[in-house]
Amino acid sequence: MPSELSESHVLEFPGGYTRSTGPVIGRFLTELRDGRIVGVRTADQRTLVPPLEYDPHTGDPVTDEFVTVGPAGTVAEWVWVDSPRRNHPLDHPFAWAMIKLDGADTALVHVVDAGHPKAMRPGLRVRPRWRAERIGQITDIECFVPEVTMIVSPVRAEYTIKPGRALTRFLEGVRDGVFLAGHCATCDKVYVPYRISCPECGYLIAEERQVADTGTITTFAINNLPDPRAPQVPFVSAYILLDGADTPMIALVGDVPAHEVRQGMRVRAVWVPEAERTLAMSNVKWFAPTGEPDAELEN
Amino acid sequence: MREVAIVAFAQTEHTDHDTGLTEPELLLPVIEEVRVKSGLRKFGFTCSGSCDYLAGAPFSFVSALDSLGAWPPISESHVEMDGAFALYEAWVRLQHGDIDSALVYGFGKTSTSDLREIMTLQLDPYYLAPLGLDQLSFAGLQASARGADRAELDAIVRRSRADGRTNPYALNLPDPTPEDDGHAAPITDGAAAVVLVAGDLIANYPRPAYITGIAHRIEPHYLGMRNLALSASAADAASAAGVGKGPIDVAELHTQFSHEEPILRDAFGLPAGTVINPSGGPLAANPVMATGLIRIGEAAQRILDGTARRAVAHATSGPCLQHNLVAVLSSEV
Repeated sequence: MPSELSESHVLEFPGGYTRSTGPVIGRFLTELRDGRIVGVRTADQRTLVPPLEYDPHTGDPVTDEFVTVGPAGTVAEWVWVDSPRRNHPLDHPFAWAMIKLDGADTALVHVVDAGHPKAMRPGLRVRPRWRAERIGQITDIECFVPEVTMIVSPVRAEYTIKPGRALTRFLEGVRDGVFLAGHCATCDKVYVPYRISCPECGYLIAEERQVADTGTITTFAINNLPDPRAPQVPFVSAYILLDGADTPMIALVGDVPAHEVRQGMRVRAVWVPEAERTLAMSNVKWFAPTGEPDAELEN
Repeated sequence: MREVAIVAFAQTEHTDHDTGLTEPELLLPVIEEVRVKSGLRKFGFTCSGSCDYLAGAPFSFVSALDSLGAWPPISESHVEMDGAFALYEAWVRLQHGDIDSALVYGFGKTSTSDLREIMTLQLDPYYLAPLGLDQLSFAGLQASARGADRAELDAIVRRSRADGRTNPYALNLPDPTPEDDGHAAPITDGAAAVVLVAGDLIANYPRPAYITGIAHRIEPHYLGMRNLALSASAADAASAAGVGKGPIDVAELHTQFSHEEPILRDAFGLPAGTVINPSGGPLAANPVMATGLIRIGEAAQRILDGTARRAVAHATSGPCLQHNLVAVLSSEV
């Protein structure tokens, strides 16, 4: 029977293996230490990056002409690493990429620190992020990073605003527990919230009316994203045609599971206690079903 | 060319874990099996393929000779590559004409270390190894370059695992799932051996698997110097081995990643009727350093047992199919 014995074992060359670079690779690594990337020209004037001693296509020795390339380049192929390994150059997710540096005819294999795979694509322009301490190793380039193509512009301004005459009047009604509407004599239409002119004919509205705090849902939306003005998720916002009004008003619907809300549902405003009311729409907690049979919607 | 034929093949029942056997211990029954199958106890030449980095010890192949009985001294060689490349060396040695038999074997245990990082050590030490580029990552770059259809690759994995389940030597792997997608070959321990004969010795075997063509070609090591979407070296090797000179019943391909199959299928110009990796292939068992030799052995076995008349075997070495060997096996010269 095989033994169950086991032991850990390490194969390591203490201090690392010493390798001579030769003149071509040595030149590349020396330039890299100085913060430059060079390629070498082949006899047929192609530029190999990183430089090799022999042209891989012909086997002929390369020329002794070195040319500076990059430092920017274009990603050809890439693959994303979600969980970096111990030996990987970055400790957070990154991409391996084949990068064709500007002026090179071959691609360099290196790392792109792009933050997210959606930031990667063939054709992405990248530039090296150099290490401060360089020693003449391919890792003197810590990684490549995408070129700047976007900035974030903060926008913020502060204001003091007033609701205007019509809305102020409507909110006074809400403070007192009623919905105020405007009746246009020309069009014979009742607008809620209250307004001082008719949007159809443009005439001033002379008559102020109270409408009921009951109404019918004409359409609605179920919202699955949290909103500071809504008590729960999902919440329902609905168009409610108040009894006596000709235009619907938008409001929350509550005290009912979201999936039970429907067009034609009869609802009534749920007011906060009188002592808590202010000049604000928050006086209406939401609209709740009345339990009446559904209403027929005209349109 | 001198005719050379495969007359015996054996492999271990591969495992996905370390069973506690050393590499020579894994090898011993396999060597004995091909000796019995071939009826030969001694060979004109012996050649093996293995990797010291897998064993974690220098000259680890030397101890494998213990499983042969190498006394009095035998004529022996080794490649630090898959056993398929040892087979090539043996084929070349048989071309010399002074010997008529060769034993070839390969072995590897990938369970004892981290294969992905062991494969980093095979990369060029100046430009790639210092980055810590691992096997899955460079395979991913090639898959990206190929841009293969995911559904096609999933189907390759499903087929390979299903075939592997019917192969008593391969791993018993379930259908792939999102958590176990199987696009990379499994970690596997195992070994394999093949016997080659030439000259008058061939007449002793009623149904040898003739090697009618064998060739290998290599591309630049550095990934950025090649078009990873294709395999020019595999195409060249296939052409040199004469793959296109006749119908191909079976192709055993050394595909350690699913996306390598369409690349090789294109490179070889395999017709739609060719059965690919009926053994399950490397996606069903990947005893590194024996996997390529097993491709040749599996293809040869189908000639030996009469289920195929002409078969192609492929083995590879280096990152992203850098180096490719192709052998054509046939029931006829």
